[in-house]
Amino acid sequence: MIAAELDKSYPGCRVLAGATLAVAPNTVHALVGENGAGKSTLVKILAGIVPADGGTLTIAGAAVELAAWDRRAARRAQIAIVQQHGAFAGSLTVVENAVLGAEPIRRGLLDLKPTAAALAALGERLGLAIDPWARVDRLSLGAAQRAEIVTALHAGARLLILDEPTAVLAPIEVEGLLRMMRELARAGTAIVFVTHKLDEVRAIADAVTVLRAGRTVAVFGHAGSAGTERRVAADVTADVTADVTADRTADVIDAHAIARAMVGGELPAQTSIPAPAGAAKIVLALRGVSVAGDLAAAPAPGLATHAAAGRAGAAVAIAMREGTMTRPDPHAHALDAIELTVRAGELVGVAGVDGNGQRELALAIAGLAPYAGTIELAGRDLAGRTPRQRLAAGLAHVPEDRQRGGLVLDASVADNLTLGRTDITGRFRIDRAAVARFADARIAELDIRPAARGAIARSLSGGNQQKVVIGRELSRPHLAAVIAAQPTRGVDLGAVARIHDQLRAAARGGAGVLVISADLDELLGLCHRVVVMLRGRIVGERAGTELRSGDARAALGELMTGSARGAA
Amino acid sequence: MIASSRDPDREGLAVAIALLVSLAIGSALMLAAGKSPGHVWWLMVQRTLFTDAYSLGQVIYKATALVLTGLSVSVALDAGLFNIGGEGQVLAGVVACAITGAALPASTPAALAIPLCIVVAAAAGALVGGVIGVMRVWRGAHEVITSIMLNSIVAGIALWLGNELLFQNGTTTGPAIVPGAELPQLGFGGSSANLSVVLALAAVVALWWLRARTTWGQALLAVGRDPAAARATGISVGRVQIYAMLAAGALAGLAATNFVMGHEHAFEEGLGRGIGFLGISAALLGRMNPFGIVAASLLLGFLASGGLAVGQEVPKELTEMLQGVVVLAIASAGPIARRYARQAAAARPSQVNHEGAS
Repeated sequence: MIAAELDKSYPGCRVLAGATLAVAPNTVHALVGENGAGKSTLVKILAGIVPADGGTLTIAGAAVELAAWDRRAARRAQIAIVQQHGAFAGSLTVVENAVLGAEPIRRGLLDLKPTAAALAALGERLGLAIDPWARVDRLSLGAAQRAEIVTALHAGARLLILDEPTAVLAPIEVEGLLRMMRELARAGTAIVFVTHKLDEVRAIADAVTVLRAGRTVAVFGHAGSAGTERRVAADVTADVTADVTADRTADVIDAHAIARAMVGGELPAQTSIPAPAGAAKIVLALRGVSVAGDLAAAPAPGLATHAAAGRAGAAVAIAMREGTMTRPDPHAHALDAIELTVRAGELVGVAGVDGNGQRELALAIAGLAPYAGTIELAGRDLAGRTPRQRLAAGLAHVPEDRQRGGLVLDASVADNLTLGRTDITGRFRIDRAAVARFADARIAELDIRPAARGAIARSLSGGNQQKVVIGRELSRPHLAAVIAAQPTRGVDLGAVARIHDQLRAAARGGAGVLVISADLDELLGLCHRVVVMLRGRIVGERAGTELRSGDARAALGELMTGSARGAA
Repeated sequence: MIASSRDPDREGLAVAIALLVSLAIGSALMLAAGKSPGHVWWLMVQRTLFTDAYSLGQVIYKATALVLTGLSVSVALDAGLFNIGGEGQVLAGVVACAITGAALPASTPAALAIPLCIVVAAAAGALVGGVIGVMRVWRGAHEVITSIMLNSIVAGIALWLGNELLFQNGTTTGPAIVPGAELPQLGFGGSSANLSVVLALAAVVALWWLRARTTWGQALLAVGRDPAAARATGISVGRVQIYAMLAAGALAGLAATNFVMGHEHAFEEGLGRGIGFLGISAALLGRMNPFGIVAASLLLGFLASGGLAVGQEVPKELTEMLQGVVVLAIASAGPIARRYARQAAAARPSQVNHEGAS
């Protein structure tokens, strides 16, 4: 179907060095690798979005002239991509986006109705319910993504590339998406599925290509689908090769072997820490905390995040085959009378589908959103305290979006590590020696790459950017409580382990840690207690040994989607 | 330290490209005017920099004010605000400085009169700038709109004050300031260059130090580049923006010392006009770097003064057009420089192998 061997460099950085990818027809081909491995770049080249520096590209047996390979050429070859953050114009409707650049004209006027009907019919057939007339910025992230997939297929895609499609979806939405991919592949559309999540790979991939540092280091495949395409690059360690061979006999895709190929070694051991005694001091207490629902619709200056776009469509009901799941009403409270306490040394997870009040919860605690009710930090009421005063009183806040709110992307790593940290810089005149010492210590501790304090944050990969945020926030002195929002979203496995280590270390050091994550597995592995948020409320909780039991995941998943009995 | 994070190679390249393009366009204009470009350029350089001390003095005079209004634009932009209210802020400084200087007892010693007039000029500019900042932060009124409107309002107030109180029998000149408030001239063949250049240079060094070496500068630049990140780390975005506009207004107001205390010694209709807008050019050309703004101001001053020096050869309008050409060139040179920098980097073997894709 498609075979590629590609090179790509950005200034000072070789992204792809002869990375290879071969996709067979009628298969779901997973492309996995750590952040910065070059996955997104590779698929963007395939889709004609980014030009390659060199290499070869063969489509259906015919070699392609790479110099002339652009968006339009890719479209002609029926290669479609649904990008990580979506490519639809938010102020247009789904159908308007679908016809962009090739508008159907009837009697001199734009005629959208046939396209809209075709989109709706196609969506119906695929089990991807979409409303062609909905404005994209009013849709939830999942609904917008479905609309992009349907639009891509409507244009007639033979190869559909999905770049980390599951990053923002709830478990039940992920299941639907995976099933849809399976069916599309069976119906003749080859799929390249970029992901970090190995359980998803195991669930549906026919073949897997693993990228590391711009090279293909391993290819795994289900027997019968693509038995001949298995190749392993020369630099792969012997033990990975051995695993591949073992796979062949075992005839399964071994997630552990893939993980090892991705990180090039064993993952750091994840050691859980004991839960604090019941008598441990309460360091963070929320009593009847509410936040008005129009926060996202009318963000304060400088407060807007990408989540606003997703949340603006809160009223849109997501109809899914599995049932109907409603988003919160925008006029209701985004956060509704939350009662929550965190003890010293405790790791508490907040699970939930994006847009159910988690963002407001973090902002209220940090003092970045107005709220009603009481928030106490180490026994003291924070009413009227500014964000700076809260941080000084022992709070650390890892904002949910590192690129907008977590970091100043055009500033150096050292600047970002010390932003607002007057305990390091000094109050007025910056102590440059102290900043350098501090930055180098954090870089070494978190293995931030490149290990240069002068590097511009923008040039770092997502995982390393997140390490910078973690390094700044969790190194605050006298930590009483930590609020970490989506601390490992879009972050590679090695960085995830380090970030988790840091969160555990903070808890071991006596802080209460509140972790907000859309990734339930992350919370199950990390936390002592997990609460579930739905429509601005806490609708359930599991703690201790309950979390280790087999059905915890299913039970929490039901709570997240509002399908549990008695919930909501 | 955030200031140092821009790529200096690229900035330098952008400026070099812009200057070459401007030189070419200027030469074409001279050819169109029927003159030999080489001759005119040479005359401009020769007269302004070597033979005619007066012209050189005028370069310094013009550049002094431009440095201050350029810094004014850059400090606001550091905080993410586009201050195009320099005209009004300069004029407020001019009026306040002239009124204060004239109202002092004739015997006021320089040691008192000079600092007082400087402070009043800065305060008047800061008042106008502060209004823009407060309206932006408290009411969400866009600073471009409010600063343009304040330019008109201040101009109206100045003219009204002049007509009602200041202009002396039929002229458009107000009463003279007391001798103690006059800044000494620097000479240069009787040119207008005066000691306020020291004030401008002090402002350059102070602003560089604040931006590069203090937490205030760190906060200022963080607010301009990512207000959400600044807020999350405890910086009060609104407060920083108001302070930045106060500082921007004060810097523009200080330009009045050059005009009133150093040169005209009175309020005069039209005094300092245009310098606020030209400060935008100086700031753009200087790439928002305090020292770059000094160089840009000298260049713009050279074009203005040099244009007069070769006035018999080519029309004055030609060199005025050149000032605009330089700004257009610098505004469009950034992307070109970026592309060259990229190609240069690609040509070099990659030295660093940091993981930075995705």
